Amino acid sequence: MEQKFPIKKVSLICAKGSIEDVYASLIMANGAVMEGIETNLFFTFFGMDAITKSRMDKLHTGVVGNPALRLPGGMRMPSLLGIIPGMEAFTSWMMKGQMEKLDIPPVSEFLDLITAGGGKIYACKTAVDMFKLKKEDLSDHVCGILTIGEFYEHAGGEGSQIIFT
Amino acid sequence: MAQKTYAGVTVDVNEEGYFTNSSQWTKEIAVEIAKEEGIVLTGQHYAIMEFLRNRFTSGDPLSIRSINHSGVIDVKTFYQLFPGAPLKKATKIAGIPKPASCV
Repeated sequence: MEQKFPIKKVSLICAKGSIEDVYASLIMANGAVMEGIETNLFFTFFGMDAITKSRMDKLHTGVVGNPALRLPGGMRMPSLLGIIPGMEAFTSWMMKGQMEKLDIPPVSEFLDLITAGGGKIYACKTAVDMFKLKKEDLSDHVCGILTIGEFYEHAGGEGSQIIFT
Repeated sequence: MAQKTYAGVTVDVNEEGYFTNSSQWTKEIAVEIAKEEGIVLTGQHYAIMEFLRNRFTSGDPLSIRSINHSGVIDVKTFYQLFPGAPLKKATKIAGIPKPASCV
């Protein structure tokens, strides 16, 4: 479909660290790269886990206070069940298995795909300072630690959009 | 259904120009479609297109991730071979439907 004002650049912000929050950002970023759209992906606050080497492939999904979470078969999962030890790990394992079936890769491999296509991964300066992270703690995919001002500089241009997932 | 003529052969395509019958495709036709996309085909292009066609024929999903596991080329090279929107361009030139996957 030909658009009069096509999207030429997207800058995505990922501020949360659960599987579903991080993958929303990753799928949108990778999809943009695949469409030939210039792509920036900026991680901040709890989203930092997705670009922290020791944590990026061990993300979990929250099982307490998530009213949309369902048990296999479709019944709502009561929040009280979520406090059972191992429930969060089990649910996260199930989520990852379902995604693998759809050929959705682990976080580190997803970042490989995005950067191979020219997508840029950035970390937030404030979050790096707040969580006392060092450059070497972060994944090699990260090409810079930006202040919010620098982020806006990178995000500018005709046909560009900022998306907060 | 729309039709297009490439290299003297009339083929069935959809409104976006993707083949609706992949058996009508030949390497000569691919050269012509590639020209429309501004691409000059090389051995590497044909090798990855053959991989994509085989995957399509066997009913496997066409994802960007599968390229890395193809053993033919890596994703970075894929982006260089088909600049812009590689999976869309590659499938169009390879005479198979546009991938329905989000990854």
